[in-house]
Amino acid sequence: MTTQHTGSEPGSAAGGTEEISGPALSGRARFWRRFRRQWPAQIALGYLIVIVAVAVCAPLLATYSPFDQNLNGVLARPSGEHWLGTDDLGRDVYSRLLYAARISLLAAAQAVAVSLVLGVLPGLLAGYAGKKTDAVIMRITDAVMSFPPLILAIAVVGVLGPSLTNAMFVIGIIFAPRFLRLVRGSVLSLRAETFIEASRSIGTPRWRIIQRHVLPNVLSPLVVQISLASALAMLAEASLSFLGLGVQPPEASWGAMIERGFRYTAAAPWMTVFPGLLIALTVLAFNVLGDGLRDSLGREVRKAS
Amino acid sequence: MTAMSVAPGTEAPVLEVTDLRVQFATDRGWATVVDGVSFSVGRAETVGVVGESGSGKTVTSLAVLGLLPSPPARVVGGSIRLGDTELLGLRRRELEEIRGDEVAMIFQEPMTSLNPAFPVGDQIAEVFRRHRRCSRSRARARAVEMLGKVGIPDAARRARAYPHEFSGGMRQRAMIALAMCCDPRVLLADEPTTALDGTIQAQILDLMRSMRDEFDTAIVFVTHDLGVVADICDRAVVMYAGQVVEKAPIDDLYYHPRHPYTEALLGALPQLDGGTEVLATIPGTAPTPGALPAGCRFHPRCAHARPECAHPTESAADGVALRWLSDSVASRCVRVDELRLRGAR
Amino acid sequence: MITYALRRIAMIIPLIIMVSFGVYALVLMIPGDPAITIAGENATEEQIQATRERLGLTDSFFVQYWNWISGAVRGDLGQSLFSSQTVTGAILDRFPVTLALTAAAVTVALLIAVPAGIIAALHRGRWPDRAVTLLTSIGISMPSFWLGILLVMVLALATPIFPAVGYTPLSESVLGWAHNLVLPAFTLGLAVCAEITRQLRGSLSDVLHQDYIRTARAAGLRGRIVVVKHGMKNAAVPVVTVLGFQVGFLLGGSVVVERVFGIPGLGDLAIRAVLERDIPMIQGIVVVSAAIVMLVNLVVDLSYGYLNPKVRQS
Repeated sequence: MTTQHTGSEPGSAAGGTEEISGPALSGRARFWRRFRRQWPAQIALGYLIVIVAVAVCAPLLATYSPFDQNLNGVLARPSGEHWLGTDDLGRDVYSRLLYAARISLLAAAQAVAVSLVLGVLPGLLAGYAGKKTDAVIMRITDAVMSFPPLILAIAVVGVLGPSLTNAMFVIGIIFAPRFLRLVRGSVLSLRAETFIEASRSIGTPRWRIIQRHVLPNVLSPLVVQISLASALAMLAEASLSFLGLGVQPPEASWGAMIERGFRYTAAAPWMTVFPGLLIALTVLAFNVLGDGLRDSLGREVRKAS
Repeated sequence: MTAMSVAPGTEAPVLEVTDLRVQFATDRGWATVVDGVSFSVGRAETVGVVGESGSGKTVTSLAVLGLLPSPPARVVGGSIRLGDTELLGLRRRELEEIRGDEVAMIFQEPMTSLNPAFPVGDQIAEVFRRHRRCSRSRARARAVEMLGKVGIPDAARRARAYPHEFSGGMRQRAMIALAMCCDPRVLLADEPTTALDGTIQAQILDLMRSMRDEFDTAIVFVTHDLGVVADICDRAVVMYAGQVVEKAPIDDLYYHPRHPYTEALLGALPQLDGGTEVLATIPGTAPTPGALPAGCRFHPRCAHARPECAHPTESAADGVALRWLSDSVASRCVRVDELRLRGAR
Repeated sequence: MITYALRRIAMIIPLIIMVSFGVYALVLMIPGDPAITIAGENATEEQIQATRERLGLTDSFFVQYWNWISGAVRGDLGQSLFSSQTVTGAILDRFPVTLALTAAAVTVALLIAVPAGIIAALHRGRWPDRAVTLLTSIGISMPSFWLGILLVMVLALATPIFPAVGYTPLSESVLGWAHNLVLPAFTLGLAVCAEITRQLRGSLSDVLHQDYIRTARAAGLRGRIVVVKHGMKNAAVPVVTVLGFQVGFLLGGSVVVERVFGIPGLGDLAIRAVLERDIPMIQGIVVVSAAIVMLVNLVVDLSYGYLNPKVRQS
């Protein structure tokens, strides 16, 4: 596929002798100093912490049970009683949003976890094993990347039956190449460096080299990718749930709430507006955090992400 | 040197820079990087502007074309006259008319100075057409003609080639063709030979000489290399830390320098005869514009420095004043009258 | 150039085989016996057997795959399980609609992204750049279907400027077609627009610091020409790459946007096939969309040859 501009080519990271002592520590100190200047990213991080806390504490913060129907009070406007109104079954939108946060966040986390597992290990393998293994892994990566993500997810869900777990597993597979390329690129560029050569020549086992040198170096760009991939996974989950292929009622994610609200666009816009706003803000926060983290990385590391 | 009926530089100068002052914004306020620089060039004359990197020589040449990035740069004073036209304060539109037409420029990096996405001939034709407003075919013919003039064989075919298909020397020839295509009155050359190896360097200098003689162009040759200056220039202006420290005709400068910095630069030249002699280098580094030493700006690195160099008696606002020693030689050295400096051998 | 193109095309063939194999293997993922799943739990033994034969499940997997792929190469993607249509026919029916939608979305995206990217690059670090950066961040973060619903609320329901739903074929009425497409195209195009703007801002402001831009300025070329002609042609490579990457996103996004605006495109067909578990139809849609992605990336790679003369030689 498009090799010129997509692959993270082995960067010509400056391999100095000073790096033998500890490449991770000094880099990390510099990273945090730069990150302290990225105030939008810090706000984003703060927002994400609040959202996670809200999701965890949903039972404490909710004013109603998310499943309690009240057919006498359907499609009620936002009021003192129902802060963000009620839906078509009279359920409290505010309380449902809190519980839906759990599902939306967990779904994104699941997809990213799958990506990490499927990306990091084969990425290490592709970077470390011989040319043939690398070629095979990269061809598979190309194939995976030729699928339009949402369409493949829809298809798999269509075959396996609607289920959020299935859907996010597929999304995880589709995002794995991002992590794979990142890790592979880091390994390839590190392999060329002197301190790895030195370690290898004195007979350090391979896993030890990975643990001591590769992982610390790839960790920061990986964190950047995790943040950006979380944003994409969140959007993918929302889309699938909106299509009715994700979480099934009565459970709801933010995307599923919009799907429900979509039927009452004119009568109850609050059913659509608030969950959408939360998705947009949370995705924005992941993106801003990821960008801020990337800008805080050193120039050599940034090239690889 | 050029032997002509009218000696070069004796008529009214083509380009005259007077008391030019340029500042750059830094974290600690405005730093003056060009501090009262004056020089002039006449028709068919070549004037060298010599100095280490950071001396302000490139900034000076970019200021002439109004090409300084702003921010961070600003021109705070002085005058740049092209014939009867004052260039400072011209509107962008008016400057664009002059650039490439009456004043052209060539740069140090021939590898990156041409646009990789267009054929070389098209790039020359575009400039010619922009200033002469002629037909496409006329402009293309001019591009081929210019490529031929700068010594590119099979110019008609090579005009259709892309920069990456040219060698470094060929690209610099093409750059010269691009700069000279509108027959400019002034050519600013910023280290045009520095990135090239020896033989190619000599060829490019030969080419510039012949272009100057054919088009009667005034050349401002910016370089750190006094050897190149001696090869091509009629006069030279030596710059240090944003100031002119010495001005002289090339033979005077070369054999009888009147400023220790010039002497030091000459000492750093590789000697043609003495193969065993160790190459002299100037100790220390040039000061940054934010942290200039008091008095003579060169005194911390000067082999002839005396205590009075840091506290000159005839104190001027800019350290030591530039003093004319004859109608063509000037120096900024406090001890210029007592020192007998060593020239090139 | 021709050898480059041929080599590039040759690289695609193993990729297509892998992708099609992956798509066909979807059948294997059906839990339990696919024939029972598809025929329904209450089906009789004969019905299940009939379904099994109709799906070709009696053969070995590789034979099945071979039959399917050799048909696919000839343009025959099989028969829908639930309608009389062939898969190819159904896809060809719907494809022009999705093509119109995505093309309109890309047009909208470029119309906004190119000026925005140039403005941001020219004023890097100053307020126009900050504004553009903020807007692109928001554009990337909004779920497109949500944006679509908001647009419908404001521009179709509150003030009826555009129709909320529906699609008019181009052959019926050009104006009606355009009128119907405005909101969906904008909805689908916004995220793409944001991505392109970001990329263009980055690559153009890099290019504007290059020596050849200084050469062009020193030669007196007008500021606008320097940026648009000399800058953009060099900045275009990464932008075109990003645009190519967006095709997969556009195809997926069009499923959602078609749902919001009730547009009868490929996405609508896909959703219907998924809800009915029309396996051949699902396979057909996935393989066609993967083929489109590969094809677009091929075109993108070939365009490098035009944009970057160095590629032509290698």
